[in-house]
Amino acid sequence: MIELHVILILMIIGAVVAMEIKDLLSSVIALGAVGIGLSLEFLLLRAPDLAITQLVVEILSLVILIRATVGAHMPQERNLKKPGYFIFAALFVCIFLWFTAKAVMQLPVFGQPVMKMGSLYIAEAVRKTGAVNIVAAIILDFRGYDTLGEATILFTSVIGVLAVLRKTGRKP
Amino acid sequence: MSLYLLCMVLMAVGIYCMLVKKNLVKKIIGLGIMEYAINLFFILMGYRQGGEAPILDKQTPIANFVDPLPQALILTSIVIGLGVTSLMVALVVRIYEKYKTFDINEIRKLKG
Amino acid sequence: MKETAGMSIIVKRITKITVSLIFLFGVYILLHGHLTPGGGFAGGVIIALSFIHLVLAFGKDVALTRMNLAVASVIESLGGLLFWGIALLGFLGGYFFLNVLPHGRPFDLFSSGIILVCNVAIFLKVGAGLFSIFLALALLRMPVDDKETHR
Repeated sequence: MIELHVILILMIIGAVVAMEIKDLLSSVIALGAVGIGLSLEFLLLRAPDLAITQLVVEILSLVILIRATVGAHMPQERNLKKPGYFIFAALFVCIFLWFTAKAVMQLPVFGQPVMKMGSLYIAEAVRKTGAVNIVAAIILDFRGYDTLGEATILFTSVIGVLAVLRKTGRKP
Repeated sequence: MSLYLLCMVLMAVGIYCMLVKKNLVKKIIGLGIMEYAINLFFILMGYRQGGEAPILDKQTPIANFVDPLPQALILTSIVIGLGVTSLMVALVVRIYEKYKTFDINEIRKLKG
Repeated sequence: MKETAGMSIIVKRITKITVSLIFLFGVYILLHGHLTPGGGFAGGVIIALSFIHLVLAFGKDVALTRMNLAVASVIESLGGLLFWGIALLGFLGGYFFLNVLPHGRPFDLFSSGIILVCNVAIFLKVGAGLFSIFLALALLRMPVDDKETHR
């Protein structure tokens, strides 16, 4: 149990480093470290499907982000003349943390979920679908509509990238 | 319960990064941190003490499993996050080609 | 330009071996998606990574003879149409998305009816889609070229 806390604290430190560092390439690499910490966290929480998917998706998004930032000119951060900007953002974050702390106390204790639908799926997966991996049976048989929606979203994002980055039909 | 609070602290770091930083790539990084925090929160809610991964085995019959439903929902969410990040990076690359900078204050001043 | 010539000779030698291994691993994770963790999404991303490995090591021109943008678009659309077709096939049994293919015994490779074919459809769609995103980002001019016109 203590290892979950340790990895989460390391992820928070990595996120703060990724936010504050001035060089763009270093902050993208720090984001990659946070993603791999998340994959380890998924493995410790008994979700191997998610750990595999998070690891390879993290590698791919690192490749895409580095493509955007390599060789780019990093501007000097000018001093903001208005300190009210920082104070407003910090106040908003504090109010957000206070509200979520109150809301999180009402959840069931960590380690004892309610599992109203989960126990139904576990009891019937092999008999109704014949698949042994229960998560795969849920996303492709019990809840196939969600996977259909996700395939549509991926298709839309590919069309969007190709439309933004094309060369033909654009005014010089 | 302290795990839930630490997860919300990670989300707060992501929100602060997206609000305050003026560089466009830093805003993309802030959105990525928020996505990690939300995915982690769902899986934390589904964990069962002493549970096993939800995959049946030949030897053990139905034993103590963790909740498989949040895992199925977050699996699609991870791939959707990748699609959103790649579209944002494409837009930022186009903006850089036109304005030659990532700073949003400079972009607001230049016109056309 | 040195950028299109790819990387050094050591990287090219190693890439010739590892690209086929990564491809094989991705297909393994796809086919056993209903028995072990993995499935269509992870397998598709691994396949896209193997093609990106080829582009990064050999440069754009050599790798584009293997798979170019037009072929990737066709494969992605085929994956999407296959997914829709399987879903509509459920109407033969009763309602949308019914599991109509035979279920087989558990722990077999060809068990669980519709789940294997749906995994293949998602694999084609995700793999080809992510590879075409990377090609669209790589075929453009690099930001380094703008340094001489930079103010």
